[in-house]
Order: sequence, then C-alpha cells, then structure tokens
Amino acid sequence: MSAASGVTSRAHPLWLAYILHRLSGLALALFLPLHFWVLSLAVTDPARLDGFLAMTEAGVVKLAEFALVFGLAVHMFGGLRLMAMEWLPWTPAQKTLAALAAAMSFLIACLFLMKAL
Amino acid sequence: MPSDVLTVTIERSAGAQAAFEVPAYDNQTVLDVVSWVQQNADPTLSYRFACRVGMCGSCAMMVNGVPRWTCRTHISKVLKDGAVHIGPLRNLPVIKDLAVDMDPFFDKWVAAEGVHHGDRTRDDPIAPVDETSAARVNANAGIECINCSVCYAACDTVAGNPEYLGPAALQRAWTLLNDTKDEGRAAILDAVSGRGGCHNCHSMGSCTVYCPNELDPMSAIAGLKRETARSFFRRKS
Repeated sequence: MSAASGVTSRAHPLWLAYILHRLSGLALALFLPLHFWVLSLAVTDPARLDGFLAMTEAGVVKLAEFALVFGLAVHMFGGLRLMAMEWLPWTPAQKTLAALAAAMSFLIACLFLMKAL
Repeated sequence: MPSDVLTVTIERSAGAQAAFEVPAYDNQTVLDVVSWVQQNADPTLSYRFACRVGMCGSCAMMVNGVPRWTCRTHISKVLKDGAVHIGPLRNLPVIKDLAVDMDPFFDKWVAAEGVHHGDRTRDDPIAPVDETSAARVNANAGIECINCSVCYAACDTVAGNPEYLGPAALQRAWTLLNDTKDEGRAAILDAVSGRGGCHNCHSMGSCTVYCPNELDPMSAIAGLKRETARSFFRRKS
C-alpha cells in the first residue's frame, strides 16, 4: 500500500506515548531474564557475580543503568496513564491535572533520590 | 499563495502515480484541486464526493499521509513547498484511483450493532430524554459522526487486525448504549466484546486526533471497555 508508506498521521503525543510504552515494555521484557540470571549467580557462582558487579563502575554501564531507570519510569507512568485514561471517565482537564501531579511527584522523588546518593 | 501553480501528485490504481500542475486560486480546497484535475487534465480520474460542505462524509482521502475530509481542507494548509500528495483512504480496498470500497467500514458499523433497537410501537409514548443526564451527555458526544472513515483510515489497530470493528463503529455502539430510546444493551455489549471488539484498541488516539468533526472515539471505546468489563463481572457474581 503506497498510501500507508507515506503515513505521517502518527506524529502526535498519544501515539508517541503508546510507542514509548510498548518499546519500553519490550526492552524490560528482554532485560528481566538477564537480570534474574545475574542475580542467580549469587547462589551458583559468587565470584562471577562479583565480576559483574565490578562492571557497574564503568561509565557505559552507569549510562545503561540510567536508561534502565528511565525505561522503568516511562513504562510505569505509561501504564498508570493508560489505566487512568481507560478506567476513569475523567474530563480532559482532570487528566491534565493528574498528569501534572504525577510528573511533580516523580520530580520530587528524583530530587530526593539525587540528594540521597 | 507562494506560487501560481501547485504540483499535485495523485495515486492511481495498481500502485501508479501521476503528477499534475494545477493553477492555484484563493480559497481552494483539496477537493477543488482533485476536481480541477478530473475536469481539466485527466477525465479518467476517479474520486468520490457529494455535498462539498462537510456533511456527507464521501470525500475523505489521504493528504500528505494524513486522512482528511478534502472538501473542508484548504490546500494552503497542507501544501509543502507548493506540492501535495493525494491518495485513497488507508485501510480500505481501492476500487479505482481515489475511490475506496466503503463496504468493510459499513459492514462493521452493523456488526457493532450500530442499528436502532426499538421496543415500542407507534402507539407508545416516546421515551423521555433527559438532556442533562450523564448518559445523554455521552450519547450527544458522538452523534455528529458523518461516517467519513477518517478515523478508520488513521487507526493502526485496524491496519494490523482486519477483524477490528474500528473507531467509528464502536463509537456508534457507545452512543446507542447511552441512548434511552435504544433497547439493545445486551446485543451491543455482546457485539463489542468479541474478537474484533473494543478490547483490541491500544488507545493510540489517532482517531480522536484526526476526526474532522472533533469527536472523541478513543474515549467512547474506553467507555465500552468499562461497560463490557462491568457486565462481565456482574455476570460472574
């Protein structure tokens, strides 16, 4: 379908929120088995686990951790957004307020975390 | 107008395209441009329109990759460097050039129970309608649908799942579900909770973003999701 190939009708916030939610979910689904496997090393091969933990000092791993936290946060808020949108028959103004409240709490939590670190 | 001539690319049947030079006028709609091509450059071009005032829902096309009602879309708003690309509506079979087969769209309208379910005779009094009730507000929100299929063309879920009833049909079902004059509640909930029903919707929102009448099918579908879930749990208990 040549018409579909030129579609630019997806460039709007709702669709971008959808694709961000979907991609972050896929990325987390790929990450989790690896994560559990590394954790299992604590029981099966502690020396190897220590090797992995030493890697967390590397800059690129720190960047990857940031991406992971971002992915988790984006996926969580994406899910909350979806549940609020589909299950609570709110007015658009209420939804904006709820999004603002969630963003503010996220910001405050991040500031708290940065202070703690 | 930046130039006196518009470069118009129109998709033809079997994947072909044709480019036309169309004179620019003030107050020119996309439909005017297509009509000029058909009347002056290529009489074999097929397209569909009727009212030209945004009421009949016949003239929707893909304009630069966006589904639009062409009779109410000024060409100046969609031109890119004096050029525009016009194609048939997405997600529907093409009959010829810009004319698509609307049958799947209307078949799904009926499949979603988008028909009147009356239980009164002409001798009964008309059901009273409370304009301020929450249900009536919900019903009113969707009644201006003109069946143009813009939402259906915008929807990626329709593109990925040919069984999906689509935003327009589901919005109609939601409207009737909230209409005190309609008695088809059980039939509607049954129709919209099946394989192609409302729970396929991923809330991507293209229907609501591109509806030319500024309706909100995405929220209507969310309403159906709530009602079908409620009726499911009620049946269980």
